[in-house]
Amino acid sequence: MLWLRTLSLGVKSLLLHPLRSLLTVLGIFIGVASVIWLLAISEGISNEAQRQIESLGADTIMIRSVEPPSDKLNAQGVTPYGLKRSEYDMLVKTIPTLKTAVPIREIKRKFTHKNRTVEGRLVGCTPEYAELTRLFIDRGHFISDAENFRRDSVCVLSAEVAASLFPYEDPIGKRVDLPDHKDYYRVIGVLKPRNDSAAIGGSMAAQSFKSDLYIPIQTLQLRIGDTVVRRAGASFSGEMIELNQITLAVKSIHDVKATAALVEDALRSHDSMEDISVAVPLELLEQARTTRLMFMVFMGLVAAISLLVGGIGIMNIMLATVTERTREIGIRRALGAKQKDIVAQFLVEAAVLSVVGGITGILAGVFCKPAIVMTREFVSQTYPETMAALPDVVRNVTPAIVPESIPIAFGISLVVGVVFGLFPAIRAAQMNPIEALRHE
Amino acid sequence: MHACSIRDLKKEYVLKSETVRALRGVSFDVPEGDYVAIMGPSGSGKSTLLNLLGCLDQPSGGELLLGKDNVATMTDDQLAEIRSRRIGFVFQSYNLIQQLTVVENIQVPLYYQGKLGAKERKRCVDLAARVGLQDRLSHRPTQLSGGQQQRVAIARSLVNDPYFILADEATGNLDSKTTAEILSLFNELNAEGRTIIMVTHEDEVAERAKRIIRLRDGLLQSDRLNSPESRQAAAERALALIPDPQDDEEQTPTPIPVEA
Ligand SMILES: Nc1ncnc2c1ncn2[C@@H]1O[C@H](COP(=O)(O)OP(=O)(O)O)[C@@H](O)[C@H]1O
Ligand SMILES: [Mg+2]
Repeated sequence: MLWLRTLSLGVKSLLLHPLRSLLTVLGIFIGVASVIWLLAISEGISNEAQRQIESLGADTIMIRSVEPPSDKLNAQGVTPYGLKRSEYDMLVKTIPTLKTAVPIREIKRKFTHKNRTVEGRLVGCTPEYAELTRLFIDRGHFISDAENFRRDSVCVLSAEVAASLFPYEDPIGKRVDLPDHKDYYRVIGVLKPRNDSAAIGGSMAAQSFKSDLYIPIQTLQLRIGDTVVRRAGASFSGEMIELNQITLAVKSIHDVKATAALVEDALRSHDSMEDISVAVPLELLEQARTTRLMFMVFMGLVAAISLLVGGIGIMNIMLATVTERTREIGIRRALGAKQKDIVAQFLVEAAVLSVVGGITGILAGVFCKPAIVMTREFVSQTYPETMAALPDVVRNVTPAIVPESIPIAFGISLVVGVVFGLFPAIRAAQMNPIEALRHE
Repeated sequence: MHACSIRDLKKEYVLKSETVRALRGVSFDVPEGDYVAIMGPSGSGKSTLLNLLGCLDQPSGGELLLGKDNVATMTDDQLAEIRSRRIGFVFQSYNLIQQLTVVENIQVPLYYQGKLGAKERKRCVDLAARVGLQDRLSHRPTQLSGGQQQRVAIARSLVNDPYFILADEATGNLDSKTTAEILSLFNELNAEGRTIIMVTHEDEVAERAKRIIRLRDGLLQSDRLNSPESRQAAAERALALIPDPQDDEEQTPTPIPVEA
């Protein structure tokens, strides 16, 4: 009851200077809202990163052929590099912890059907590829062992390629032409759409599965071979690779690191050429988690600084208020207020300022997601080019409010109010009542 | 029973260069129901004495008894407690709290006793009515005239049923007509049994009290009783300044009293 009165008195006193109080509240408001926003955005970004990495599979190891540095290439002709089929066989035979192993060959090619053309990625693989890369079949079936074994001319289309080449018809059973090889493949399946996977370290770009066309790897080896010639204007460039990638999945997630070490050991012969790289999503995941933590600490720090600034604002206003109301303090002391009553009175005012800032800040914080989505929508409608130029992370981030950030932000704002209000309040209480009464 | 009793009361202000001896040993008693005017030239220690009586400050020496409480030995919190329970202040500049209404201002001393019930609020409303402000209960100080503000202050000084009302130049900011009104209010209160101690430098005001104490250089110069006849005469001179409610519209210019 007494506290309620102190509270209502505090509110009344603050309302004597509405604009001033509003501006002070604004300082805390911005601080609290930015705590929640910054944490939500960083959480959103790291969620996205984690999702992408997880989509690579935490139980997998990826070995990829990479083009060696130019000083390691032959001056003339085409230098063969990268993973060999024999190495694939060797890994499968010698590493006991493997569950599956998929050899992959990828070539940039044009696919056509009648007068429609798509620039895409021709992927030669085995049936296990679908499960390992989390591809799900929409219609028909994925490549089978028998088709691979028989080196059938069959293909599976990504949802996007299917939509481009066969906008109005069912692609199953139709042919897709590869004009570069004067060759064609019969469609046996269409996949469901799949999100991009993460970029892995510096060695692997983010993979898009949108323009893929899958054929059995044996078929690819038979009909296209290892050497691929690309024409760029008048000059030709060649590429001689047996396998672009080997994806391994281990039986238990605990074996991932040991297996990765074994694999790296087994492929030591590539060290001199620097033509392969080994990526372990699990390690990336762990890295991403540490990065997330660091990011959060950093964002938290930035937000804490803005709260500090808000707190200094409160202190500033409270000091001004105390000076301005010296007379009132004298009156109250003369009428029986103890020092602690005066402390309570001014502390309550500081706390009201900071709590109002805190609550409104939390409300603004909770609207983080719709606000960002709406802003993005607005920007992409008014300035589509600018939007397209922004990095993926900015375009796609969905802020995820960290639940703890709300009580934390509120608590901090209250503490800020009390801490920064305490000094002015104590100063008010320690005034000599007689002098305070004489104050003009 | 004495409302207050002081013995050899001393107050020194220790400054860097010198020590100011504002009170150098003053003794007197104020019985309950007394009406004392404290007079003296500027700097003679009137306000200092009043601040000590009001427990706003502690004496450097001597004894100060309020009822049974010896104020000289009290802590800051205990003094605050006494102020909220047993002392009523009326200041020259009214000293109301701007953000509070009339009733809330009257209630402040009770607030610091933790008394906020409906009974207390009723008491504040009654007191406002007692000083003639029954139509102004939720006005703020800025919406009131000086005389009205001083009435609120008087009502506030009565709310805790004090040992005595301390008034420091309570009429100093008021015109003579309003002064007369306030003083007749004091007279009524005193007649009801309230003890009043007021500081003034105006003889006309002091003449209304039962007793006049004069200070000079921190010492008691004289302490005399006011004859009932001179009080009556002063009251009649003042009464002439207060127009009858019926003549209010005529707005007759009020005569300025001749200073003695
Ligand atoms: N806080 C103080 N510090 C130092 N000297 C003071 C203080 N208050 C009053 N005095 C001195 O004490 C003396 C008495 O002052 P005061 O009681 O205010 O006189 P009066 O009210 O009769 O004019 C004066 O000389 C004044 O200068
Ligand atoms: Mg004085």
